[in-house]
Formats: sequence, structure tokens, C-alpha cells
Amino acid sequence: MADIAIASLAAPPSRLLAGLRRGGPRLWIGTVLVALLVLAAIFVPVFAPHDPLEQDLMSAQLPPAWMTGGDHAYLLGTDSLGRCVLSRLTYSARTAVMVALIAATLAALIGVALGLFAGSFGGWVDQSISRLIDVWMAFPPVLLSIVLATVIGAGLTSVIAAIVVIDWTRFARVIRAETMVQLTRDYAAAAQVIGLSRARLLRLEILPNLVPLLVTLLAVEMGIAILVEVILSFVGISVAGDTPTWGSMIAEGRQIVYQAPWIMALPIACIITSVIGLNLFGDGLRLALDPVQRS
Amino acid sequence: MTATLAVEGLKVAIGAANVLRGVSLDVQPGEVRGLVGESGAGKSMLGRAVLGLLPANTSVTAGRIAFEGRDLLAMAEAERRSLLGRRIALIPQDPMTSLNPVKRIGRQIGNLLRHHLGLSKRAALARTTELLAEVAIHDPQRVLALYPHEISGGMRQRVLIAMAFACDPALVIADEPTTALDVTVQRQVLQLVERLRLRHGSAVLFVTHDLGVVAKICRSMTVLHAGRVLEEGETTNVLVRPRHAYTRALLAATPRADRPAEALRPVPPDLIDQLWSEAYRLDQVPAVGAA
Repeated sequence: MADIAIASLAAPPSRLLAGLRRGGPRLWIGTVLVALLVLAAIFVPVFAPHDPLEQDLMSAQLPPAWMTGGDHAYLLGTDSLGRCVLSRLTYSARTAVMVALIAATLAALIGVALGLFAGSFGGWVDQSISRLIDVWMAFPPVLLSIVLATVIGAGLTSVIAAIVVIDWTRFARVIRAETMVQLTRDYAAAAQVIGLSRARLLRLEILPNLVPLLVTLLAVEMGIAILVEVILSFVGISVAGDTPTWGSMIAEGRQIVYQAPWIMALPIACIITSVIGLNLFGDGLRLALDPVQRS
Repeated sequence: MTATLAVEGLKVAIGAANVLRGVSLDVQPGEVRGLVGESGAGKSMLGRAVLGLLPANTSVTAGRIAFEGRDLLAMAEAERRSLLGRRIALIPQDPMTSLNPVKRIGRQIGNLLRHHLGLSKRAALARTTELLAEVAIHDPQRVLALYPHEISGGMRQRVLIAMAFACDPALVIADEPTTALDVTVQRQVLQLVERLRLRHGSAVLFVTHDLGVVAKICRSMTVLHAGRVLEEGETTNVLVRPRHAYTRALLAATPRADRPAEALRPVPPDLIDQLWSEAYRLDQVPAVGAA
């Protein structure tokens, strides 16, 4: 027994390293960007220089500190009401991360369940789920989300609900196809031959093989969730008006884009960085997680 | 004595095409029976039918598959599943793809033991180590912690053989287990199957197109052609005195060092019925049979 423990402990570190190497620069850059985003979201109350809602009308529309006329108290400047842009950006990250995590996870749960179901049963079960996905995807997603948010009402929950309702199809479709592929593999047949029931076959054999794909999908979906949240808050049907979000910051900045372009540019930069970071992270993680090296 | 496996008049169709047209075959307890035939003869399909692994558009249209006297086709799904992997096992054709790529070797074998024998995690681990040692893997404890892609094809085949014999099955279906391996490994694998079947007292249905393999390990053999049994009997009898022209053609097509191999020409579909007729029985047409 002791020997076994040593053997299984001895092997992983090299595998971990090999995995990290396979992930390459994508994994590194992605991890750094995602970590920054998550850390900002968690620790914002600790280091945010100002209350994001605190107005200082005397120092409205200040440029970032390094530009002429900037104030060191407001590192990234202030908006038209004199609120600290840096604080507002980081507090917005909080909403973005929350929406991304919860919405993507819920969408994944629903999508994976239905995808596995469709992919493994085939026949009319597959037909009905697939047609449902087709019909669902035929609706323009942004329009659908706006309609949903309006119907359910504004707020964090409804933003999340809207994203889940729209985007479970993305998971369902890909997981369905991949389940079908995996089921034709010899190892799946071998597992059936050792007498596993369908449920156990899916849970013990197929699902672990879907993990690398699922990781990529989740990361991409988190990026999309952030974008949807931005769109909804841009048109003002996301969270309550006094909660800072990147979308609402863009909307406010848009009106004074000629006088104070940074107010609009900074949240856009945040969005782009987060989405790129999430995509790189997912991609790198997929490569790192796949035990069978694929070039 | 009840036969371990008794297939009677089995007919299997893929859509409208008949792949098995009334195959009957017995495997007695402890017997090693070779099932030979060219590609498309239906030999793998027969193995799959026994295991309940027929492709989606395929159906059994007639016949019976009895395992130790119980009809596998009529049996409840749960009951059939409890036999699979425990009483009936498979050694698959391609060791490279038959193990789950994302699960460590130890876990794959362990799960099987826990599933069928209800062993504890610890007992399963100990048994897994024994099983790997039994298939001549020298450092089982290291191999346990590895993923399938980290070991060689021959080693993977040995792991699969260990899994097949793990629960002392009454019947092992070996579906061309040596075709994907190179010749030196083939011999080791055959010896291993032979040793394990003796130790576990299992009967083996050895599906192959390699008559050399059959000659080496099978006591009896069945020659399948286009979904029908052309000839069967003791291996030595069939190989030395084939009673059917097709068997002789199959033998002549086997590459040998001492003579050039003859090409095995496929029989055109409209002549297949003729081939099955008595006219091609060598014992009735002495002129053709003179070897």
C-alpha cells in the first residue's frame, strides 16, 4: 500500500508540469488576466481608492493622473459627476465576474444534461431536443435577452436568467455531438461490455472525456456572459442604476466622448481584456487538461 | 453438460442486408474455439451479437444465443448486464482505443472489480495489482498510476486481457486480439491468453482471420463465410483435411515461407449459394480435394 501511494504521488508532478507546458503562453497570459479580474472583483472594497458612488462635482471629468490636468487622488480620472473611474471599473468587475460565473455554470448544467441525453439516447429524444435547440437558436440572442430582461424585470437575477435561457443551447449542441462521437469510440463499447448501465457509462466513462471541451466552452461562455451583461446594462435593463457596470459606464461616457474619451475607452478596454483573458485561459486549460497529447 | 455458449440458427440483418444467415455454433466449458473467415464473413458480428453490442441499425431476426442454457436475447436487460464483464468478457480488437483515455489504468480495472465483485476500494486495489502481475506486467504499482497513452500497445493489450479475466468469466470472446499488434508481441499475447484461460477455467471464442493463430491455440474451429458456417470440427482435422473448397482456398491464401500464397478471390454474390451447395464439399468431389 505504501508503495502504491508513493508511486501515485511520484507521477503527478511531472504530469502537472507537462500539462502546464502544453498549455503554453495562452495558459500563462490567460491565467494572469483572469486572476487579475477575479482578484479585483473579490478585493475591490479593500483597495478601491473611493466609494464608486461618491460624487465630487468640483473635480468632474478629470483626465487620468498621468495626463495634464490629472489628479493623483483619481488615478484613472473621474466621470461627469466626479466619481472615481478606477473605483467604478473595479466594482463593475464584481458584477461582471458574478454574472459570468453563475450564468455560465447554470447554462452549462442545463446544456450538458440535455446534450448528454440527446447524444446518448438518439432517436426521437435526440430529434426533439435538437429541434428545440434549432428553434431556440433562431431567435436573435440580444433581442431575446432584452425581451426577457424587460419581462422578468431588471436586476442581477434577471440578467443571469436571461443569459442561461439563451445560452444553454450552445452547450447542449456541442455536448450532444461530442457524446455521440465518444460513444462510437472503442472504450465506450468496452465499457458497455463490462456491464455498465447507460447512466453509469455516461457518468463514469463519457463525462470525464468531455471535460477538456467543457472547460473551453465554459470559458468562452463566461466571455459571452460578460458581453451580454454589458449590452443589457448599456441599454439600462441590467442591475439597479446605482450599481456600477461596464455597460452603464460606456453609456454615460458615450455622451461626453469628445470631452472625456477615457470614460468610455477604459471600460471598453476592461471588457476586451477580460474576454480575451477568459478565452486564452479556457484554450490553454483545455490543452493542459488533455492527457492525450494532441498537436 | 450444458454448453457455455450455444448459438442456434442466428440470423442478423443490417437494414435489408443479411450478415448472419443462420449460424449455429457451440462452445463447451473450457474449450477454445476458433472462429475464422475473411473480412465481412460476419465473425465479429457474431461476437458482438453475443455481447449485445450490435450497431444501432442492426437486428437479430431469428435464432437463439444461449449462455449456460439461458437465452441472452430473451433475458432482462439488467440480468444480461450483470453477466457482461463478469461471466462473459471481451478482449477487444484494438488495445490502442479500448481503454478510456482519461482514466488511470488502476481506476479502470478497479472500477470493474468494484462494480461486479463489490470489492472495497482497498481490496480492489490489491486485486488489481495481482491481476497486472498475472499478465506479466513487472511493476504493477507504477502502471496503476499511469494513463493508457503512457504505456505501449502490447502493455495495453495485457491490461485488457487482465480486465477480461478479472472476474473468472465462463466465456471470453477474443475479437482479433492480435491483429493490431506486431508479430513478436502477438506470440506473448497468445501465450498469456492460453495461460489465463487455464488458470481461470474459461472457455474462449477466438475470432480471427489468422489460421496460424487458430492452429496454435484452438482445439476446435468454425469456418464462417458470408454469414454461414461452411465447416467446423477439430482444428487438426479441418486444417489437415479440409472438407470444403473454401477452407482449402483459405489455407492456400495463408502466407508461408516455403511457398507463394495464393490470392483468396472473393466469391461473387450470385455464386455464393452455389458455394454453399454440396458440390463444393471436398469429401464428395475427390478430384478437387487431392492436395
